[in-house]
Amino acid sequence: MVDISYYILLSAVLFTIGAVGVLVRRNPLIIFMSVELMLNAANLAFVSFASMHGSLDGQIFVFFVMTVAAAEVAVGLALIVQIFKSRHSINVDEMNSLKG
Amino acid sequence: MSQYINPSDLTTILPAIVLTVWACALLVADLFIPHERKGWTAVLAALGLVVSLDITLIQAGGTSTGFKGMVTLDGFSTFLNALLLVSGLFGVALAYGYVRRMGLERGEYYTLLLFSVVGMMLMVQASDLIVVFIALELLSIPLYVLAALNVRQIESEEAGLKYFLLGSFSTGFLVYGIALIFGATGSTSYSGIVTAASAGTSSLLLTIGAALLLVGFGFKVAAVPFHMWTPDVYQGAPTSVTAFMSSGAKIAGFAALLRVFALAFPTLTADLTPILAALAALTMIGGNLIAVSQTNIKRLLAYSSIAHAGYILMAFVPYGNPQVMPVSVAAGLFYLVAYAVTNFGAWGVVIALEKQGGKGLEISDYAGLFWKNRPLALAMTVFMLSLIGFPPTIGMVGKFYLFRAVIDGGFVWLAIVGVVTSLISAYYYLRVVVNMFMQEGEPQTGSEFWVNFTWGLTALMTIIISFVPQPLFAWASSAVLRLF
Repeated sequence: MVDISYYILLSAVLFTIGAVGVLVRRNPLIIFMSVELMLNAANLAFVSFASMHGSLDGQIFVFFVMTVAAAEVAVGLALIVQIFKSRHSINVDEMNSLKG
Repeated sequence: MSQYINPSDLTTILPAIVLTVWACALLVADLFIPHERKGWTAVLAALGLVVSLDITLIQAGGTSTGFKGMVTLDGFSTFLNALLLVSGLFGVALAYGYVRRMGLERGEYYTLLLFSVVGMMLMVQASDLIVVFIALELLSIPLYVLAALNVRQIESEEAGLKYFLLGSFSTGFLVYGIALIFGATGSTSYSGIVTAASAGTSSLLLTIGAALLLVGFGFKVAAVPFHMWTPDVYQGAPTSVTAFMSSGAKIAGFAALLRVFALAFPTLTADLTPILAALAALTMIGGNLIAVSQTNIKRLLAYSSIAHAGYILMAFVPYGNPQVMPVSVAAGLFYLVAYAVTNFGAWGVVIALEKQGGKGLEISDYAGLFWKNRPLALAMTVFMLSLIGFPPTIGMVGKFYLFRAVIDGGFVWLAIVGVVTSLISAYYYLRVVVNMFMQEGEPQTGSEFWVNFTWGLTALMTIIISFVPQPLFAWASSAVLRLF
């Protein structure tokens, strides 16, 4: 049995990689994957804590997070496709028609 | 009914359930409404909001919890749900003519708006972090779509994508925060968290979780330094959507923030109060200072909305002080009403002047408005004065209650920051007024009945409530008293 703290540590590392990815990457698809990494890091933390506490609440939460993430993907990919259609590019650096 | 769901569970969130069913039915009914009569969808949506508002008001005074303590019905939720439903009605009224004029008339607009209102209402009623999370997503996802609704306009798409990416980024923080809180306490319900926290278990994890939760909410209510998306999204999104989300999302975000902090984290006041105070001060200073250099009215109002998030946040700073807390939160609720009323009016005026293709949105386009359309210019003056906090407007009364509560809570420096930033804000709000009265220009104004109705009604409310604020403040105070 691996100690629970390793799982938490791994989830914190994954969360950090995701957060840094959102900040440094320039492709919305990759940014979005980084966000998913953050959510899945939280899922890992939930499952580990649930087994630590012997409570199922955390496991249930993971299902909700996965469902909501799927709904977000549906909206997000639709937006990205629409933008690609009108600009033929999805680089976020070129999204600068709004500033001030 | 069964061992899993009692009728009392359902009545606790009855207004939200009715609105959900109504929105689903509206989605189907919309298929049978011909394209040139999409106005009917708006009427039906408004009817659904009115029905839900009726149920909310009938339930007023009752308190109950449902679904094993995951949702709560109390005075607090009644007050804010009523405000949210009225915001939804104003949102529909502003959209009715606007979407037709801009060529975005679609039935989904109103369905998405209703779903978003449901999310906001559940967020107000949530007393478990699982519900907070789902409600937050239910309110956000329709707003991402609504922001990008004007697909022919590149700015709208861009606003949608920016809102979506930063919104889901903030959700990541929120969820991870909830995970850490769950890890520290073994529970996601507010009562469970507070029980475990009072027993004094692993409070560092809990504090980090609460801070991450605050980051997530900070994004939603557009507090500095989590405000970067706000001006772009508010400018790019269709104006009727901006009007709705700048009020609705803020109300819901603050409601959930307050309930979480007051009910789940009373043990963390020593750590969280300085953070909240710094956040409020930064938001007031940042929002107002950057607003000074804006020339686009939508961006100006976006920064104004950031600044007002700071003022409202101020009300939650003394949340750990049981003597000041009820008055201070009541002042916060009053200010939310003042902000929502004034905000809808100001955006209504913006909609009345906006032209196809994003024209008519510069402050210079307001030049000479007084000489073309006196009622509209006077209404805009009232809203600008209210946003500054100048008598006789509801904004002044709101700020008065707010500053008094903060001073009572012992945060005199915060009240001083509030007063000074209000003075700075006078510069850019009055610039709009000066433009309307003293510059030459030929502004074109639309005359759609529901837009005129919205700015007319909110202008009257802005002035009348400032003379008789007591009933509203008393309602807000009683809503807070039943919270605990």
